[in-house]
Amino acid sequence: MSGALLSRLAGRLPLILGGAITACIIGTALVSQVWTPEAPTRMRFALKLKGPLAQGLLGTDHFGRDLTSMLMVGAWNSLSIAVLAVLLGAMAGTLLGVTAAARAGIIDGAIMRLCDILFAFPAVLSAIMLGALMGPGALTAVVAIGVFMIPVFARVTRSAAAQVWARDYVLAARAAGKGAARITLEHVLPNIAGQIIVQVTIQLGLAILTEAGLSFLGLGIAPPAPSWGRMLADAQTYLTAAPHLALVPGIAIALSVLGFNLLGDGLRDLIDPRRRLAA
Amino acid sequence: MTISAVWKSGSRLRSGTRLMACVALAALLAAPLGATAQAAKDALVVGMPVEPTGLDPTIAAPVSIGQVTWQNIYQGLTRISRAGKVEPQLARSWTISPDGLTYTFALQPGVTFHDGVPFDAAVAKFALDRARGATSSNPQKQFVEAIDSTEAPDAATLVVKLKRPVSDLLYRLGMPAAVMVAPASAEANRTSPVGTGPFRFKAWAKGDRVELERFDAYWDKAHPARLAHATFRFLPDAQAQAAALRAGDVDAFPEFSAPEIYTAFQADKAFRTVVGNTELKMIAGMNNARKPFDDVRVRRALMMAVDRKALVEGAWSGFGTPIGSQYTPNDPGFVDTTAVLPYDPAKAKALLAEAGYPKGFAFTLKTPQMAYLSRSAEVLQAMLADVGVTVKIEPTEFPAKWVQEVFKDKAYDMTIMTHAEPLDIDIFARENYYFNYANPKFVETYKAAAAATDLAERTKLIGAAQRLLAEDVPALFLFVMPKLGVWNAKVEGLWESEPVPSNDLTGVRWAE
Repeated sequence: MSGALLSRLAGRLPLILGGAITACIIGTALVSQVWTPEAPTRMRFALKLKGPLAQGLLGTDHFGRDLTSMLMVGAWNSLSIAVLAVLLGAMAGTLLGVTAAARAGIIDGAIMRLCDILFAFPAVLSAIMLGALMGPGALTAVVAIGVFMIPVFARVTRSAAAQVWARDYVLAARAAGKGAARITLEHVLPNIAGQIIVQVTIQLGLAILTEAGLSFLGLGIAPPAPSWGRMLADAQTYLTAAPHLALVPGIAIALSVLGFNLLGDGLRDLIDPRRRLAA
Repeated sequence: MTISAVWKSGSRLRSGTRLMACVALAALLAAPLGATAQAAKDALVVGMPVEPTGLDPTIAAPVSIGQVTWQNIYQGLTRISRAGKVEPQLARSWTISPDGLTYTFALQPGVTFHDGVPFDAAVAKFALDRARGATSSNPQKQFVEAIDSTEAPDAATLVVKLKRPVSDLLYRLGMPAAVMVAPASAEANRTSPVGTGPFRFKAWAKGDRVELERFDAYWDKAHPARLAHATFRFLPDAQAQAAALRAGDVDAFPEFSAPEIYTAFQADKAFRTVVGNTELKMIAGMNNARKPFDDVRVRRALMMAVDRKALVEGAWSGFGTPIGSQYTPNDPGFVDTTAVLPYDPAKAKALLAEAGYPKGFAFTLKTPQMAYLSRSAEVLQAMLADVGVTVKIEPTEFPAKWVQEVFKDKAYDMTIMTHAEPLDIDIFARENYYFNYANPKFVETYKAAAAATDLAERTKLIGAAQRLLAEDVPALFLFVMPKLGVWNAKVEGLWESEPVPSNDLTGVRWAE
């Protein structure tokens, strides 16, 4: 009995672990909006480059700013950009995907080829182009990452929606005279919602990673707002003198990507009926 | 398993054989090392953070051009010594007419260019005429334009007539932009430079290195190049610079890029570290034509909100000297003006209120990507926030985007930049320069100083010009960047300071 329970728990491990890590990060981000140990932008040159526990929990950076506070507010900044970007990508991508599935033929082909073209541009490249057009900043990062996510969601929703369209109940709905839009809203979307949620979770991890990459290059949120990517960029020349400057944001980025990926995997196992049957 | 097997079979050898094997192995290892150590005695690799865009300092402004070529490949009529003094070079001596308008240079005989072309007065006339020509893009053009005519009465004499007296003509002639070039080779100097210096150009692998070799027919037999080969390598990344120095791939980095890594070399006996002076003035230029920067009270308030000492500490690990105007402690006639508008946030706030900004205001600071600039910008942002001024830092890629938006279009509120040219206080007297600054009193003072041929008079006027800038602050004058030199302890003769951005390798050698 206990063996079966253990194996079920082990099967749920990604979900539990991912959920815990994600909850921690979201919690930190929320707390940072009401409380941080220090003002994250306060420079104290007398206290610069202090190691963890020597000054505050995680030490200070090259301006003497409190690393703990920067990390906390950085979590909020990274998460909010990632969430907005994924929302943008998920909404636009889902719309394109269900439209492609509902209208086979030329429209389907056109949408999917458009996605192929979008897919060919890495987020960093499109961010540089957008940055040149609208100036670097949080909005640029959101749009660049969001646009990069559109084809991902379009592909996932199209294939999922196409399967739903082949079902008998859709045939029945069509026989009853329901239009494509209504069928999509009433039958397709509710049935593919799970897959979209799984995809959103996984893409959130990727978005955090891309956001860090963009702010590493100076294309993310503007200073003095703390960001994990810029903390990492600033730490570059201090690698030998103060390795904790790079380790702290590096571990934060790695953990949050891991957390969202585990959570996404766990959710997929939970939601995807085929996998549930197999297990 | 395999390791222990080898060990056992080795132990079976007789001790004599083992010893011989060891000796042979040691000899094998030592041979190539010894060979490179021998060869390294007359070859030097110098590292630079920025690759030059071309190799002709007379047609473009980037200082990295002069840092490779000046005094190594090219020479001028005069030269600036390592102490910042004017010395004769291709002009042996000169006389100046009492009115300060006619300079007669006696040229060095027996000088030839690397391609065998002899250097004479006709060549010198060509070089100066080319620099002041209508199509010239010489970075010192506003100065050579003071030349009215050049004449070459005989092969060893050059006469330069001026439109107005120029007090620092001989100094300017010693700078990289005024080097002597020959008619036949001048056009190609951009990629294959030909000069009269102790080194001749050998090869340029773009993105990696420029190689020079000793010029055996060099005219100055008393001071020939000590090195047979000199290589400039370009490494923008500070971590890569440190790694190259430690690995011995680069022997010297006269301008190391990261103070925070530099401190580790200071403790290492294998390296010599010299913190020297430069002409790199970091200033935050303001658009004086734009509100609210057109109000001198606002500019003064911003200046008083900046703690220069803390800025140097925060942005550049404490290496650097605060300045109060566009003039460095190296420069002749320097006055310390940092106390004119000292750090005083309370007074700054009061001044802002008086100017009509009791709650402060917000503006954009266009910041190039270089670490020393973006870091300083972040510190400025924090300091100005303390007096209620909100700074939005906008990353602006240098050179292309910055030159277009700030330098050419003047579409900016404030920017931050290091000005590398020596004695460039005149940029605030130029019409249409990017600060949009027009102060007739300053222009008048500067012009009088530039025309003064009497040293005491000039010192007095240039001091007055500095004080005017310090009071008017068309730009926030921040600090002079240090030259963080680090090189192999056995290398001798590199310049400690940089009165002119340069790497003169003529007297550089390896200690025995």
